Amino acid sequence: MDHQLTAWILAAVQTALFVAAAPLLAGWVKRVKCHMQNRAAPSLWQPYRDLAKLLRKDVVLADNASWLFRATPYVVFGAMLLAAAVVPLVAVDLPTDAIADVIVLVGFFALARFFTALAGLDIGTAFGGMGSSREMTIAALAEPAMLMAIFTLAMTAGSTNLSTAIHRVLEAGLVLRPSFLFALLALAMVAVAETGRIPVDNPATHLELTMIHEAMILEYSGRHLALIEWASQVKLMIYAVLIANIFWPWGIARVFTPEALAVGVTAIAAKLAGLAVILVVWETVLAKMRIFRVPPFLGFAFLLSLLGMLTHVVLETGG
Amino acid sequence: MTLLEVTLLTPLVGGLLLAFVGHRPIGGWINVAVSVVTFAASLIMALDVFAGGPQLTTGKLFYIDAFNVYLVALTAFVGLSTAIFSRPYMRHEVEIGRVTGGRLRLYHSMYQGFLFAMLLALSTNNLGVLWVAMEAATLTTVLLVSLYRTPESVEAAWKYFILCGVGIAQALFGTVLVYFAAEQKLGAGRDDTLLWTVLHASASSLDPTVLSLAFVFLLVGYGTKVGLVPLHAWLPDAHSEGPTPMSAVLSGLLLNVALYALVRLKMLVDASLHTHLAGYLMMGFGLVSFMVAGLFLHRQHDIKRMFSYSSIEHMGLMTYAFGLGGPLATFGALLHMTVHSLTKSAIFITVGHASQLAGTQRIDKIRGLIRTQPAVGWGLLIGTVAIAGFPPFGVFTSEFLLLTATMKAWPWLAVPLLVGFGVAFAGLFRHLHPMVYGEPPPGQKPVHANMLPVMLHLALVLWLGLAIPGFLARWFEQATLLISGASPL
Amino acid sequence: MDFAQLSLYNQAIIVFAALVLFTSFIMLAQARMLPLIFAFAWQGVLLAIVTALVAFVSDHPHLYISAALTVALKVFLIPWLLYRLAVRLNIHYDAEALRHPSLLLLAGAGLVIFSYYVALPIVQLSGLATRNTIAVSIAVVLIGMLLMIARKKAVAQVIGFMSIENGLFFSAVVSTYGMPLIVELGVAFDVLVAAILFGVFFFHMRESFDTLDVDRLTRLSEVHEALLVHEETGKQPPDGT
Repeated sequence: MDHQLTAWILAAVQTALFVAAAPLLAGWVKRVKCHMQNRAAPSLWQPYRDLAKLLRKDVVLADNASWLFRATPYVVFGAMLLAAAVVPLVAVDLPTDAIADVIVLVGFFALARFFTALAGLDIGTAFGGMGSSREMTIAALAEPAMLMAIFTLAMTAGSTNLSTAIHRVLEAGLVLRPSFLFALLALAMVAVAETGRIPVDNPATHLELTMIHEAMILEYSGRHLALIEWASQVKLMIYAVLIANIFWPWGIARVFTPEALAVGVTAIAAKLAGLAVILVVWETVLAKMRIFRVPPFLGFAFLLSLLGMLTHVVLETGG
Repeated sequence: MTLLEVTLLTPLVGGLLLAFVGHRPIGGWINVAVSVVTFAASLIMALDVFAGGPQLTTGKLFYIDAFNVYLVALTAFVGLSTAIFSRPYMRHEVEIGRVTGGRLRLYHSMYQGFLFAMLLALSTNNLGVLWVAMEAATLTTVLLVSLYRTPESVEAAWKYFILCGVGIAQALFGTVLVYFAAEQKLGAGRDDTLLWTVLHASASSLDPTVLSLAFVFLLVGYGTKVGLVPLHAWLPDAHSEGPTPMSAVLSGLLLNVALYALVRLKMLVDASLHTHLAGYLMMGFGLVSFMVAGLFLHRQHDIKRMFSYSSIEHMGLMTYAFGLGGPLATFGALLHMTVHSLTKSAIFITVGHASQLAGTQRIDKIRGLIRTQPAVGWGLLIGTVAIAGFPPFGVFTSEFLLLTATMKAWPWLAVPLLVGFGVAFAGLFRHLHPMVYGEPPPGQKPVHANMLPVMLHLALVLWLGLAIPGFLARWFEQATLLISGASPL
Repeated sequence: MDFAQLSLYNQAIIVFAALVLFTSFIMLAQARMLPLIFAFAWQGVLLAIVTALVAFVSDHPHLYISAALTVALKVFLIPWLLYRLAVRLNIHYDAEALRHPSLLLLAGAGLVIFSYYVALPIVQLSGLATRNTIAVSIAVVLIGMLLMIARKKAVAQVIGFMSIENGLFFSAVVSTYGMPLIVELGVAFDVLVAAILFGVFFFHMRESFDTLDVDRLTRLSEVHEALLVHEETGKQPPDGT
């Protein structure tokens, strides 16, 4: 009973940590990017200040905004919170891990995306509709790739539950699997598409012709905007943690002792910092693609995940 | 095996020599001289083997038995007679400006290189070296097909290169599979796993599934080079666009060598599988080639293309015969290989003269050959009569043997065979008649033509049709025994 | 979890084999000339690494020679030849208009599945540690053929041809630990001569057809011949030629 209580508390703390650390990750990415581009970087805590500022401000609603428009930020943030609860950050075998497996995780993302797209259409502006349609196109192409990559991982791990999968990978030790390599590349490409990073979408732009995510949330202000911004930061962190902890799970705590947890926190911090640097290098080197080139990009991601599945069946099974 | 070394090294050395002096008038003579030496050596070696039995060289790289020795002699012989024909022919081509000096050098050296590759393919014991030699044979002739550098010849050479290259890559995969099957049984780490003699000895213990898979790839691969339908698309183009001596050797010799490779491998597969899969596949492809080519014959407008389709038809017939198996069909097939080679090369030589005479290869522009130059006219007529399967020529004998064997084993297959023979005969003669007998266009003059090779070939075919000489019959019998395991007599 | 029990080197062999397959797919979808040549060179590099690894794991030193031969021929000589050709023919900045690249890639994936089934009887028989990669080698051969079918530019077809040879070499390495050296040398020689001949060919094609687009080579088909004659039967036959 005591152990159960510890576990639940730990789960709650982990989720809170997840959500609280997301703006920190965003700040770190921004700092590294500025350094790379030889610009003066804002403080690491700037995203927190931005969120605080937005929370204090008034909400400005359009006259024809429906309940959907007002509810979306909460739904989106709620979905991301649930997703953050499911993804192991510092420790595995937490009770929240049993809430959902990877497929439901994808479902959470889909839920958030669905509401955001509808909210973009809600007011009736041109930009909102444009952003929504682009976002849905990209999602329609990215989701099969992501699911195929996840199935490849699940086939190796024998389960779609993230905790179990990470356990299996840890137990097997250092194994060079081609299916994992391809799944990693596919997931990375899908992550870039889904979180709206370069080359699919520019997170910093407000140029009308190039917006996707920004276009959908253009009408939001005040605490609504704060929640949506925070949710997108959490989404980036979720993808990063997924990639880091599934492919390089070493360091994650399997028991709930303070030492293991400390190691876990350090490990994940280091991995996220490293992934952020890689992301920044990738974004600096590449230019944003024109919209009509995104489908082939995602098609390539699908090919990679398909190859991952094929190499798993052909090369890794059959002893 | 010193004689073997002479047979193989002479064309190689000759080719290297001709790479330097091939464009001079003496080049043609050197070509002939080298071919004479090769033929003499191969003939003596053949008599040696016939008297003394199969010979394996030290190092086991080469193996001469009854099957390939007569093919070696045949190749050298046809190479010689075509070289004799090619000397004045290519001179004429240089004179009218279709070929430059540099290209003549290429032609002569590649001619000998091609003969070397074929002789190597025939005499090697190692299946891998067989593949290398077949590919080398393709590579040496590719540039010769496009010798005239017309758009059509460049296209023909490209098709030839690509199709034969890809086809033969399949054969390499088949060879790898055979090696794999052999290693399973014979164990790894041996030097001689790819040797045909070793494989033949242990063939019954090789895994049947792998070998049947291997045979499919090998059939597709070497079958492309044999010209089996539907892998034949390169053949009419390559045989018609190159210079005539090229057409003669490609049709007369290379197809035989490819079929030889196929039969060698069939012998291995048959010993391993106890079904007739290999035989049925070969029968199927052969029959289809035979019939389709016969039909295509009718639609041709270029004389060389027409006779190339005739080659496809006959190679299909031979493949069918080897596939049928049994001593009678095998004997017939071996005889057919010989007579087809001789007749087809003779025909192509005559066609070369005919097109020089008429200035074109178009069938509807060639007329009245027998009036303008009776030797050429008669040569073409008799050649076509021979290839169509008229008695008393050798082709009739082999086709008759084949029909007999078919009626014994698969009686109803005799019907498509007979229909095919009739269709081909009709096609050939329908085109031939106006060419030989029509009204010659004004101003058509005879050309300098050495019809000796043609007459020699046709006389040999006639002799083989009337009465196969004793030693040759026993030779074929030995080969038949080897291939089909039983004697026809 | 049988895969996890393989030694690290065997796992590396399998990873590199998968990467070779990946380069095949890249070549399939790559429309630009120079990246295509580089992708082919990379395939050669990966192939040489796999061969060297197999040589190390299975203790067959002659495979090191094969690996060195592959590097010399398929990584340096042939791509260099092709690069030089492309520059001399001024096509190195050309990009082919690929019809339906996504369909091509899916067809490639289908071919991988097909090769898996073709290779099953062989894989079941083999006792070699690398036996699972036999299917990959067959797939590389088949994808090379798909590349040749789908492309119109002659240089791309040549790369497809060379990629087929890569696949065949790979199949020999993983199913039988390489062919006897004399055969390997012969095959390498043939490939080199073929590459040189292709080079000579491109110039002839350029001269005769003024293009390297293989779709334009249609003068010798049966249909074309029939059309040609049909055109000419109305006219007077010119004399001689």
